[in-house]
Amino acid sequence: MTLLLAVFAVFALVLTGCEEPAKSVFDPKGSAGEKNLDLIMLSVYIMTFVFVVVMAIYFYVLIRYRQKPGDNTIPKQVEGSMKMEMFWIIIPVILLVILAIPTLTTTFTLAEKPSEEEDALRVKVTAHQYWWEFYYPDLGIKTAQELHIPAGKRVHLELTSDDVVHSFWVPELGGKQDMTPGRTNHMWLDAKEPGVYAGRCAELCGASHALMNFEVVADEQSDFDKWVAKRQKPSSEPRTAEQEAGKKVFSQNCMSCHAIEGTELKTSGGKGPDLTGFGERQKVAGLLENNDENLDKWLKHPDEIKPGTYMPSFDFLNEKDMKNLKIYLESLE
Amino acid sequence: MATIVVLVVFALFLGAILTGGYNKELNNRLRSHWLWDWITTTDHKKIAVLYLLGGTFFFVIGGIEALLMRTQLLFPNNDFIVGREFNELLSMHGTNMIFFVAMPLLFALMNAVIPLQIGARDVAFPFLNALGFWLFFFGALLMNLSLLFGNSPDSGWTNYVPIASNVYSAGTGIDYYVLGVQISGFGTLMGGLNFIATIINMRTPGMSFLRMPLFTWTSFVSSALILFGFPPLTAGLFLVMFERIFGANFFDVAAGGNPVIWQHLFWIFGHPEVYIVILPAFGIMSEVISTFAKKRLFGYNSMVFATLLIGFLGFMVWAHHMFTVGMGPVANSIFAIATMAIAVPTGIKVFNWLFTMWGGKIRFTTAMLYAVGFIPTFVMGGVTGVMLASPPGDYQYHDSYFVVAHFHYVLIGGTVFGILAGCYYWWPKMFGYKLNEKLGKWSFWIFFIGFHLTFFIQHFLGFFGMPRRVFTYQPEDGVTMINQISTVGAYMQALGVILIVVNVIYSYRHRTPAGSDPWDGRTLEWTIPSPPPVYNFAQLPKVRALDAFWHEKMQGNKQMEPAEPLGPIHMPNNNHLPFLMSLGMFVSGLGFVFRSWEVGALGLAFFFLVMFLRSFEKDHGYHIETDEIQRIEKGANA
Repeated sequence: MTLLLAVFAVFALVLTGCEEPAKSVFDPKGSAGEKNLDLIMLSVYIMTFVFVVVMAIYFYVLIRYRQKPGDNTIPKQVEGSMKMEMFWIIIPVILLVILAIPTLTTTFTLAEKPSEEEDALRVKVTAHQYWWEFYYPDLGIKTAQELHIPAGKRVHLELTSDDVVHSFWVPELGGKQDMTPGRTNHMWLDAKEPGVYAGRCAELCGASHALMNFEVVADEQSDFDKWVAKRQKPSSEPRTAEQEAGKKVFSQNCMSCHAIEGTELKTSGGKGPDLTGFGERQKVAGLLENNDENLDKWLKHPDEIKPGTYMPSFDFLNEKDMKNLKIYLESLE
Repeated sequence: MATIVVLVVFALFLGAILTGGYNKELNNRLRSHWLWDWITTTDHKKIAVLYLLGGTFFFVIGGIEALLMRTQLLFPNNDFIVGREFNELLSMHGTNMIFFVAMPLLFALMNAVIPLQIGARDVAFPFLNALGFWLFFFGALLMNLSLLFGNSPDSGWTNYVPIASNVYSAGTGIDYYVLGVQISGFGTLMGGLNFIATIINMRTPGMSFLRMPLFTWTSFVSSALILFGFPPLTAGLFLVMFERIFGANFFDVAAGGNPVIWQHLFWIFGHPEVYIVILPAFGIMSEVISTFAKKRLFGYNSMVFATLLIGFLGFMVWAHHMFTVGMGPVANSIFAIATMAIAVPTGIKVFNWLFTMWGGKIRFTTAMLYAVGFIPTFVMGGVTGVMLASPPGDYQYHDSYFVVAHFHYVLIGGTVFGILAGCYYWWPKMFGYKLNEKLGKWSFWIFFIGFHLTFFIQHFLGFFGMPRRVFTYQPEDGVTMINQISTVGAYMQALGVILIVVNVIYSYRHRTPAGSDPWDGRTLEWTIPSPPPVYNFAQLPKVRALDAFWHEKMQGNKQMEPAEPLGPIHMPNNNHLPFLMSLGMFVSGLGFVFRSWEVGALGLAFFFLVMFLRSFEKDHGYHIETDEIQRIEKGANA
């Protein structure tokens, strides 16, 4: 297995001119991803074997049985051979059985639901065009774009969609699961080590499907607990005059879609991502690095960054209001 | 209503200008025009050429769409074509290539060859055959008009709801898809029915089922798949149409609907569809390999059995396109096993091809190069298919570039290579001259290498986390170089296709008669002149074995023994009604796309009126007399 992986790695490296892919199914960081990979590698072995056998016969035939110039004899017309044909029926059947058995067991393992005694984290994930909502029902936390999980612990996800069909995919942690409006799907994953893992929407969901990215942030249990405590008691009140002014701009312009916990700024629906603790997020709109310049771009011309987004442009705000708004947003912890 | 009046007046003016105004001579002028002959033809050989032209036209459009997409993906965060426009391109590319390229090109070969292979003078229903072509053509035209009018379908060729609903895809885009595919789908259904009837009823004496050439067999099974596969698609499209145009709620969750229903209906059609387009290609490969290895097909009976088995199992596996929908582990496991089972009959085919060549005398003509190139390519597509059949693996591959790579390996490496092999092989029969071999070989190698360059590394794009149908990726994803290599490969393929077109023009200019049997063929089509006379066989041949012509050659005969005395031949008349009926459907479709109920209803009414007229038309065809046949045969053999 390591040998073939190495071959793949070398091959990939040559292909990409030493360009390192950021995430790879071959390098899983969680147990679900490892189970996927085990099965992938098993099928790769079997299929490589089949391919090599076929190719060996193929090249032998093509070289050995070319028509030589001047040779006009007529080859023997063979009807077939029951024995040989049984051979290439039975061998593939055996190979498929070898593949089928672990396929079935893994399929059932990956579909496990949390048992009563399992101390697992539950997260309800709702997909929207083109952002992700994460709700921790046991902790009472709602957040967006960044899924925080404790490393080394199984997380059970309940996946649904608010509008069209999306698909939840974190290649390093495991496979995908569709998010269909009107139904809730279930999957589990874990991250063995702390780290940040890129996630993608994998089902065509509209104009900005390519940009519907998110991140899974896996922390040590203690850090995760700190994060939970902070989210449960967020520091959202303004501390300076500028922040105070920014909050006012927010309440006049943004509140109809976005909520900030720990303030009176709450909306009923989830039209836009919850912005509690926005200053600590790594990305703006789940896509650009979280800094002043990118936030400015996003607020002024969201449609240029994510075509078809429901976020309207706020380029009509005057410079002072815009600045205060950004200062307030970045102050949220 | 005003729109209609304006349109009618405009059409009359245009008609007057093009036809030189109305006078007594108009009818004669129209009927003697070469275009009239093509529009009204019911000859399967001419309809084959029409399918070939139509398929090639949409192939060029679909190819340009692919190149535009690969150009956009040349750099991370490129802004050449983004957002909805990119989604339109990928939807049009997929729909065009499957419905309006792969199917008509295969229909072209089926039309050209099947009647000749079974020793028939035409298909069972020549009128239906013409109607099938024109419905396909106008349906495809309707959908592709969206490229000119703007606002094309943008939900992929799979057209999943709810992104295909009015709420998430505003405008006319999806309506073009729904109506265009429905209209051309009727045509395909008719084509399929026609071939089933032809193959069952019109075989020449002695041509038993187990003496039929394999291309006829695979096309037969393929037609049966069309018969059972297209109705679920039509049902699904009907539901989408009613939801979009007439405000029904089949898929809207808030109104008690369920979007997963569409996915099931689509894939119950969609999976057999991939076998519809691959089985005839298998048949072509069997013919080409057997001819150019100078050997009888190894294990003919098991090849036929494998074809039937693939066709049957093809209907049992649709849900493997939906492993991630959340059907639960039991359903996923059942469909996984069923899917893996298909590998067995497919494996039989591959080994039988290899052992057909074993012990043979292989001639590497261009047609054979495509057949030989097909084997490793298709095996690659096949093994990744088995990999995809395993749900835990599929959770990673699903909707990623791995899938894109997989189905291009089977659809290009299988279907397109098959079509190209078939074109090079049967071109002399269809047109009377061979395509240039030197240019053919050049274009094969360029296309072949370009193809693998484009798609092999796309497997890795999938492993490296790139979902399919995305218009861009981020520089930090580390997949820039792979995408660039893939794009270079796509341009190479385009070059290969251009060379093929150049070859067609060059070979036409430098054509020399190829004779009736240029490849030392084995089946009935090589016993008659190239191109065949309108009635194909002056006397129906008597078939005494599999590979009937080869059998006669081995007996020392130069020709088939006739099964009937020379006599007058009954042929169908040309008919302009198929064109008019399809035009009615086209106008109706356009009307519904633009929500102009009057135009929509008018087109439909016209369609049914012409259908009604046809029902009472007394058309008994005509006879070609014996002396005329003798004259034609003498001319062809001279």
